[in-house]
Amino acid sequence: MVIVLALTTVACGESEQAETPETLRLIAHDSFASGVDEGTFAPFTEETGITVEVIPAGDAGALVNQAALSRDNPLADVLFGVDDTFLSRALEEDIFRPHESTNIGTVDPTLVDAESRVTPIDFGDVCFNYDKAWFENNGLVVPDDLDDLLVDTYAQVVTVEHPATSSPGLAFMLATIDVFGEDGWLDWWAEMRDAGVNVANDWDTAYYGDFTRYGGSSSLVVSYASSPPAEVIFAEEPLEEAPTGVIEAGCYRQVEYAGILEGTPYPESAGELIDFMLSVEFQEGIPLTWFVFPANQGAALPQEFIEHTTIPESPTRLDPELIAENRDRWIDEWISVMEG
Amino acid sequence: MRRIRWGWLAVAAVPTFFIGYFFVYPLARILVLGLSELSIGASGLEARLLRVGWFTLWQAVVSTILTFVVAAPLTWAVSSYRFKGRRLAMAMATVPFVLPTVVVGTAFVALGWRDSIGAILAAHVFFNVAVVVRTVSTLWSRIDPRLHEAARVLGGSEWEVFKSITLPLLRPALAAAASIVFLFTFTSFGVVLILGGFRYATLEVEIYRQAVTLFDLPLAATLAIVQLLGVSAALYAYSRYQERTAVAWTLERGTNLKRPRGRTRFVVAAAVVGTLGALAVPLTVLVGRSLGQNAYRSLLTDDRVVGTPISSVWNSLAFALGATVLATLIGIMAAAVITGRSGSLSRWFDLTLMLPLGTSAVTIGFGFIIALDWPVDLRATTWLVPIAHALVAVPFVVRSTVPTLRSVPAATREAAAVLGASPFRVWREIDLPIVSRAALVGAGFAFVISLGEFGATSFVARPGLATIPTMIFRLLTRPGATSFGMAMALSVVLALITAAVVMAMDRARIGELGAF
Repeated sequence: MVIVLALTTVACGESEQAETPETLRLIAHDSFASGVDEGTFAPFTEETGITVEVIPAGDAGALVNQAALSRDNPLADVLFGVDDTFLSRALEEDIFRPHESTNIGTVDPTLVDAESRVTPIDFGDVCFNYDKAWFENNGLVVPDDLDDLLVDTYAQVVTVEHPATSSPGLAFMLATIDVFGEDGWLDWWAEMRDAGVNVANDWDTAYYGDFTRYGGSSSLVVSYASSPPAEVIFAEEPLEEAPTGVIEAGCYRQVEYAGILEGTPYPESAGELIDFMLSVEFQEGIPLTWFVFPANQGAALPQEFIEHTTIPESPTRLDPELIAENRDRWIDEWISVMEG
Repeated sequence: MRRIRWGWLAVAAVPTFFIGYFFVYPLARILVLGLSELSIGASGLEARLLRVGWFTLWQAVVSTILTFVVAAPLTWAVSSYRFKGRRLAMAMATVPFVLPTVVVGTAFVALGWRDSIGAILAAHVFFNVAVVVRTVSTLWSRIDPRLHEAARVLGGSEWEVFKSITLPLLRPALAAAASIVFLFTFTSFGVVLILGGFRYATLEVEIYRQAVTLFDLPLAATLAIVQLLGVSAALYAYSRYQERTAVAWTLERGTNLKRPRGRTRFVVAAAVVGTLGALAVPLTVLVGRSLGQNAYRSLLTDDRVVGTPISSVWNSLAFALGATVLATLIGIMAAAVITGRSGSLSRWFDLTLMLPLGTSAVTIGFGFIIALDWPVDLRATTWLVPIAHALVAVPFVVRSTVPTLRSVPAATREAAAVLGASPFRVWREIDLPIVSRAALVGAGFAFVISLGEFGATSFVARPGLATIPTMIFRLLTRPGATSFGMAMALSVVLALITAAVVMAMDRARIGELGAF
């Protein structure tokens, strides 16, 4: 078996002239890969005769680093799952071969890379979720501004994730930088600290440990805009209404991109795969599989996503290069404010 | 004598190739790459290095001591007495060892144990009690009871006999267990990240942060070397110690367990119930949270996202079987090599085999990426998973077999050789029967290590077969009441499989007894 696999790999490497391969390799982060089943790329295989092999490669950071390390002899033909926070590094390492997707016109232009080095496939908004029942029982108004949270009553029921150990935690920290600017963001955090904000190390702990919905003591937790629909879809008993809601203020938009890996012998087929991933057919499956939003604006959203969440109209975002240059310093500053 | 030498070389070649190609070579490649980009004069490096290094060291030492304290009563009970539920007790103590860190982390957080050094130490003890209980009891239960009886008859108190007879005989196993627990806690990653947050970074956490999040390979490589040096120093001290203290005496082929009588019954019961009770606290939380919501039925039926969660069980079992066979074969060969020769060569070989346990998973994972594409591209193939698991599991097979092999008196082998047995025959007739039982313990560890899937595989591209831990991770990162319940339920299934495997192994060992 190992020999067969090895020979296939060697054979693939040697037949550079071959126009269409039998298999394309798609390297992706674990959360994407674990959502792929036989049906995911079946339409693509039907149309082109090419099967798609998905290779999980750890978290988004590990994915980009592995692609960079194997640039001379790439592990795959296409990479999916690089987000804003790691994009700049991937571009610096020059691992992508530019490709202008035939479907790029369907995407919100603010998500598109001007040089077509990467293609946006989906986006997810990191937002405060609130426990509806808790706010009702306590007769409190749901805050709609980050400054509202500075009141003790609210700050003490807020849980955020640590930016150094959690991806939504980092996203929310970036949101505060975008909202309050480089001059003001740390003041906001200092006030939140004094008012008693809770910091969890990762999303699981925050959501399943600290959220009042799961028996914790925080009714406001940094999660995703897609969490309320997920609560409905994965509920114990069918629900009419989502038990949680999304606060639009302070949402941060994370965009995930795909790119052709430089060095693939099949750039054309790789491009077709990316076009497929941006097609309505593939895009409409995205929300219910990965709980993020399709980049293609023509893709219809499932009913649960229409009814139980909102897509923030003006989410915060920061320039990938700015993030790459300052992230480490920002995290250190955040730590020195929050942990002294 | 020439024949012996060739035989030794042939046996040595297999583990040498394995450790050389799959560990030393990738490690060297990634460290060289990292250091070649090193720019001198990074600011604040020393202070941080010192802080992280010091924390890594002291928490590992304290964790190891605490693990021994907690494991002692149970180890004593299962090593000395035969009682109802003994095998079950051993299996239960092994369960924590295999649970994914993220699951245990969730249970600890639910208990309110978090964001503190106490939570980290408690979790380290929870995970590693099995290492002490299993490694030490293998040797302890086979000490000739006549030694003990003779000493008692001569007037020694129970404590004096333990101190001057049992304890010295146990030293090799104690040192072996201590070295493994120390390595595990010295390189602790998930526990520190989940329960300690950013405040308490071990070298392992810092290497991950530098390599993966900041892509500062030079700094990551520097830290990895510091970690390697620390691990090597500990291992070197251990191997010197072991050579000094190994005592050759006749081990019983079977276990020497007696029924507890009189007051001893209560002491044994208290020891077993007390230790297991402590381990059961987080497990109870886990089971409690898995109940309700029809979580178990959903494991079989819920295919809303990529197959049913239960399908991951078969993938995990297949990988675990592959890793176990690989690790056991290589481990036994390695143990034969280590005990067949004394002196520095054998010591260095032993040390190198142990190193993967103490090397940062990110470093090995990234090393695979740049090194294993020649002569055949093994990267991202199915084989990488059992190989990576076997790298971590081989030391367990070696650790559990070397002390046993060392205790075979040289005179026994020499007598067989004088009687005309070939070296291979000597090994087969004398060493193998003794070693096979000890190897089973190692194989058991290899199997559960692979089931729990920690180590380098989390950081390398690998085929997309969902294993139990990756499925749990997937369910845990999805909001919704059933997702959480299913993640907990699947963790309980993992725990049950572990217990079943361990009990089957222990039964096999007992069954084997009848053959003699």
